[in-house]
Amino acid sequence: MAKSNKPIVWSLFAAGGTLAALLAPVLVLLFLLAALGHAPGLLSYAQLHAFAAHPLGKLFLLTVIALFLWHAAHRLRVALHDFGLRQDRIVAVIVYLVAATGTALSVLYLTRI
Amino acid sequence: MNERMVQLDVLRYDPQVDDEPHFQHYEVPCKEEWVVLDALNAIKESIDPTLNYRWSCHMAVCGSCGMMINGEPRLSCHAFLRDFEGVIRVEPLANFPIERDLVTVADDFIDKLKRVKPYLIPGETRSIDEGEYIQTPAQLMKYRHFSMCINCMLCYAACPQYALQPLFLGPAAITLAHRYNLDSRDGGRDERQQVIATNEGVWECSFVGACSEVCPKAVDPAGALQQVKVASTLDWFREHLLPGDTK
Amino acid sequence: MSRRPFVRPVSRTRWYFKHPRYLRYMSREVTCVFIGAFTLLLLCAVERLSEGQAAYESFLAAIGGPWSALGLSIVLIFVVHNAISWFNVTPKALPVQIGEGFLPGRFIVAAHYAVWILISLAVLFFAGVL
Ligand code: SF4
Ligand code: FES
Repeated sequence: MAKSNKPIVWSLFAAGGTLAALLAPVLVLLFLLAALGHAPGLLSYAQLHAFAAHPLGKLFLLTVIALFLWHAAHRLRVALHDFGLRQDRIVAVIVYLVAATGTALSVLYLTRI
Repeated sequence: MNERMVQLDVLRYDPQVDDEPHFQHYEVPCKEEWVVLDALNAIKESIDPTLNYRWSCHMAVCGSCGMMINGEPRLSCHAFLRDFEGVIRVEPLANFPIERDLVTVADDFIDKLKRVKPYLIPGETRSIDEGEYIQTPAQLMKYRHFSMCINCMLCYAACPQYALQPLFLGPAAITLAHRYNLDSRDGGRDERQQVIATNEGVWECSFVGACSEVCPKAVDPAGALQQVKVASTLDWFREHLLPGDTK
Repeated sequence: MSRRPFVRPVSRTRWYFKHPRYLRYMSREVTCVFIGAFTLLLLCAVERLSEGQAAYESFLAAIGGPWSALGLSIVLIFVVHNAISWFNVTPKALPVQIGEGFLPGRFIVAAHYAVWILISLAVLFFAGVL
């Protein structure tokens, strides 16, 4: 048996999991406040646009979206296996393709801002 | 000394007669301070000499008396009767084929254990004249808790990934490989990584953590496997991204 | 005497009902669905943001309301569950050895919680909530 190439996706999973643990709750909270009609200042068009227009803001958003997506994709692959779906290869291709597409799209959108 | 009647439902299987296992009910007088293994011994001595199970040390050292006790992988010599109420359900260790009654077929685990080379492969060979391989207490501490494994296989019985994918090398074998990989006197890590840094090795693990919860020796195999993942990931980047290193 | 080992069947789709710890594990694994869904929402926000003020503000309006709030509350529960279960096992993956002993795991966990709280407060402050 050859050594596995899973370290590629696992390192993204682990990095994304750490980032999601640190940031996801507070980010969700911001959106929840917005849904409740108390949108934080940052989520106003002017402020968020200014944030995303700054290179560091872009880097932040890209990192968050990409790593969250890869984290979720890899864990979903494992979870589907755990739920009894045995087509691991197909599942892997689909979930990673979605993560890669999401990453590419976020780059595209961010360059437009 | 207090005695009381203890009730047990024991899974029986006789390969010559039975098509599948079935529970047999026993009631046996037990002393207050007894463990489940004592109850089984009392059954075998005075009620039913045909009951089969493995044990040896009666002190959580030999690792041969593992069973499912009320659905939990336990050493039967370490499961005190006073901690149980009502009928105690005793089954052979989960995830292993049943040879007879509570005796399981451990061949798969033994084979996996061999494959990870769980012994010292000296990094440098020293002649006897040169003396022993020196190790500091700090170097010993690195792997000491991983060396406490008694090969009881409780972690395999608890691991759902091993249940779902029997090719998985499993907690104890990978932990033992890690134990030698961490040993300052050892030079066999590359050989072992070929076996454990594979899809059916450590990468089959999804960190359920059940192994560490049931381990009677606080070995923490789940921790070992996470560390193996981290180390194997660093290996991967070193092997694929650093120029010149083609191993 | 012939051997005839009996292999007990394992359910591939319902195994996690066999023990509470498996259910706990699965509850951690399904957090990925909520993290994934939320990230797609973020991606949506960025897309609308790139299309200009009107598009973005209609997006904001669309995520308003009690049903969104309910949905996001559920997402919040699961992402917090991911955070807690993630931090709690950090000492296993990254133990810290000091000389002949190990730094007690609870310190490593506590350090992660501290950083988590600090970052969350910083984000809330930066976002103008605090
Ligand atoms: S790691 Fe623990 S549970 Fe597993 S075989 Fe070793 S002692 Fe038993
Ligand atoms: S009889 Fe030796 S471990 Fe239980």
